[in-house]
Amino acid sequence: MNLGKKEDTVPINAGDTAWVLISSALVLLMTPALAFFYGGLVRKKNILSILMQCFMMIGLITIQWVFFGYSLAFGPDAGGVIGNFAWSFLKGVGASPNADYAATIPHLLFMAFQLMFAVITPALILGAFAERMKFASFCVFSLLWATLVYDPVAHWVWGVGGFLKNAGALDFAGGTVVHVNAGIAALVCALVLGKRQGFPAKISPPHNLPLAVLGAGLLWFGWFGFNAGSALAANEIAVNAFVVTHVAAAAGGLAWALLDWKFSSHPTMLGKITGAVAGLVAITPASGFVDPIGAVWIGVSVSVVCFFAVSFVKVKFGYDDSLDAFGVHGIGGIWGALMTGLFAQKSVNPAGADGLFYGNPALFLIQIKAVLVTIVYSLVVTFVILKAVQFVMGLKVSPEEERIGLDLTQHREAGYTVLD
Amino acid sequence: MKYIIAIIQPDRIDHVLEALTAREIHLVTVSTVLGRGRQKGISAVYRSHKEAGSLLKKAKLEIAVNEEFVKPTIDAILEAARTGNIGDGKIFVLDMAECIRIRTGETHGVAIG
Repeated sequence: MNLGKKEDTVPINAGDTAWVLISSALVLLMTPALAFFYGGLVRKKNILSILMQCFMMIGLITIQWVFFGYSLAFGPDAGGVIGNFAWSFLKGVGASPNADYAATIPHLLFMAFQLMFAVITPALILGAFAERMKFASFCVFSLLWATLVYDPVAHWVWGVGGFLKNAGALDFAGGTVVHVNAGIAALVCALVLGKRQGFPAKISPPHNLPLAVLGAGLLWFGWFGFNAGSALAANEIAVNAFVVTHVAAAAGGLAWALLDWKFSSHPTMLGKITGAVAGLVAITPASGFVDPIGAVWIGVSVSVVCFFAVSFVKVKFGYDDSLDAFGVHGIGGIWGALMTGLFAQKSVNPAGADGLFYGNPALFLIQIKAVLVTIVYSLVVTFVILKAVQFVMGLKVSPEEERIGLDLTQHREAGYTVLD
Repeated sequence: MKYIIAIIQPDRIDHVLEALTAREIHLVTVSTVLGRGRQKGISAVYRSHKEAGSLLKKAKLEIAVNEEFVKPTIDAILEAARTGNIGDGKIFVLDMAECIRIRTGETHGVAIG
């Protein structure tokens, strides 16, 4: 097929283009889904602040991406660490495919698909500072974080010339770029902002768990676009990613329910969805490289690891990662990246590599390196950005505003009315 | 005239309303409230973190009656709300100074029925 817009237009594949279009829409849906997943877990007085922050990311990061973010992440390489500004304002990003990234779909579509990832990644972090961050500071922090942390790390792992890509690190759909990166930033945020008043004993329980379950269900649905869409084609790799994504989520949810049953005496709904999300997080980097049985192991093991992280480690160290953004996305993302180094198979994807369990210990070491580099970079730069924003405009709302709630104090709205 | 307040288990509301209707007592206001007594609640667990669960859900009934209906009202509540377990609730009986029907302006006993 030829769009016929320009003489130099290269043919695209209609099936691939249709699938990546749908996948882009699915990944966009994950940000509102995350809003409800997180929103159901906070107190009534803060529900709108969560929804607003998530929707703000859709607006703010979309514009950042179109203006210069895409160019920084995927544009022509500068020293293996960042793209240059050549593709700013989407200059030259049009109907023709870019063979370096996706040879059968328009370059503009590849940009749009990646845009949805850039939107959700900073949104993941807000689970750590929920219920206490100033809205204006949140906006500035997120914009800086997207530019100084997300864009470079995306370039290292996925960009042509990126040094981790050149080292052979495998990250199919964003285990390190999205989850480790956001998860570590979340931990830094929780530590720098400090606890909510009354944490941990006097924080009310989740105000609307059904809302959180709805959000988790929509996240699961959207994740098919996130992972299977990352094949950037309607092919065997996409089908494999689709299946292992579902299997890992199912296994993760099942494992967490069983752990709850054993350690908290009853299986809980919140545990079930937390386990499913942990499974989705962990399979993300692996989804293009492992088979369904590998996915079972990844789903079960990540639930065990994350369960202990949020149940015991968080209690022991006492940091207030309000909605377990670090506990699930950070820990789960690290685990998934490492598991990719164990379970990856060339028989699943010839473009990938064999993992430790298939005779190639080198991949496991490369995965460790990619994780460590991401952790250190995200940790340091997130900390510097937070301190700078804190110095200029402060990070936390006043104790009184925190007591009244962010919905009223930051947005002059209430999520729920008492009468009518 | 008495004003009767009963705090009962929420799942007994239907039984109590039936028992009151059987005694021709129709005027009732019901609200769901939180409260605590000597018993402990069932504590909820969220991602392995146990909530204290110090306040329990209860139903609060408010019933205004003329003197001859005081005993039937109390009997109806005792009969229908009692399970024999801790947490069945309490009945409070207060003297009522006046009652006025807003639609007609009628006062006292005739305004109650």
